[in-house]
Amino acid sequence: MNFLSQYIYYIGAFGLFFIGLYIMLTKKNLIKVIIGLDILDTGVFLFLIAIGYTSGGTAPIFSKSVTETGKMVDPVPQALVLTGIVIGVSVLALALALAIRLYGHYGTLNLRKIKEQRW
Amino acid sequence: MRRIIAIALLAIIVMGISLAVREIPFGKTDTKVGEYYLNEGREETGAANIVTSVVVNYRGFDTLGEIAVLFTAAIGLGAVFGSRKKRKVAEEVEKSSLIVYTGCRFLFPVILLVGAYIFIYGHLTPGGGFQGGAVVASAFLLMYLTCRGKRVRDKSNKVVESLGGLIFVGMGLVGLVIGKGFLFNFLPKGEFLTLFSAGIIPIIYIAIGFKVGAELAGVLDNLIEESK
Repeated sequence: MNFLSQYIYYIGAFGLFFIGLYIMLTKKNLIKVIIGLDILDTGVFLFLIAIGYTSGGTAPIFSKSVTETGKMVDPVPQALVLTGIVIGVSVLALALALAIRLYGHYGTLNLRKIKEQRW
Repeated sequence: MRRIIAIALLAIIVMGISLAVREIPFGKTDTKVGEYYLNEGREETGAANIVTSVVVNYRGFDTLGEIAVLFTAAIGLGAVFGSRKKRKVAEEVEKSSLIVYTGCRFLFPVILLVGAYIFIYGHLTPGGGFQGGAVVASAFLLMYLTCRGKRVRDKSNKVVESLGGLIFVGMGLVGLVIGKGFLFNFLPKGEFLTLFSAGIIPIIYIAIGFKVGAELAGVLDNLIEESK
């Protein structure tokens, strides 16, 4: 039980990461590969946030009632994840656009079939 | 066969990573830089939200690069779709029902207001330019889904986007002109925990909010127009 409570976030984060990687390696449909890429992204973000956590910590935001820095989580991973999410959205949008173009060109999203065809 | 190879590969990666992660204790962070930002960020930047002060002030240059990536993605989307011949067939769009249309017209400004609130108060409460921009873009998504036939005007979208980027870079260059360095916080810090505080942070975050909102709305416009 102690082990679980200690590592549950890491297990969850890497669970998502490996689910995404497995989808990317095995699926034939391009849309599914892109979904796998997004799940992998989510795993990485969860891992970064989990690294910055301090037990019993609060969000790193001051207010009228919170004026002490004693129990705040690390703000740096959160700022990095904010960057990462935006990059993830950019990659997702561009990948989907390319998928639409591929479908228009080949008439299929099956990667094996696309590989067999000539340009 | 492919599956077995994939699972074997994943097992090897799991082994390696679990050996590495076991050494990282959960619930404890001793990074010096995070501690420094927490202790000094309040006096140095004047923003109540430390994540905002890291994103816009300490790592402002990084955020400029992030904006550039988003901009490149939006431009790339236009390039991928634009090279194709536009089939300009003015299709007769079926009008949405009165209830849906009225609901859209009622909700659209409210969602814009929520987005604006999120990015204007980015230095005091959870939120900021990127989150607020995403909310603003979701208002445009609602418009595309319900008020059929309406679109974002291409030109004004580009103007808002460019203005947002210009304000960000201009604010950074003023710091350089003063002689303190790019993105130096040259405005007075103001009173802590009030709206007019933290110098250039709220101005930059408002610019980012407009830019991200316009960019994501443009991306949505491109994707929806293409899939018709």
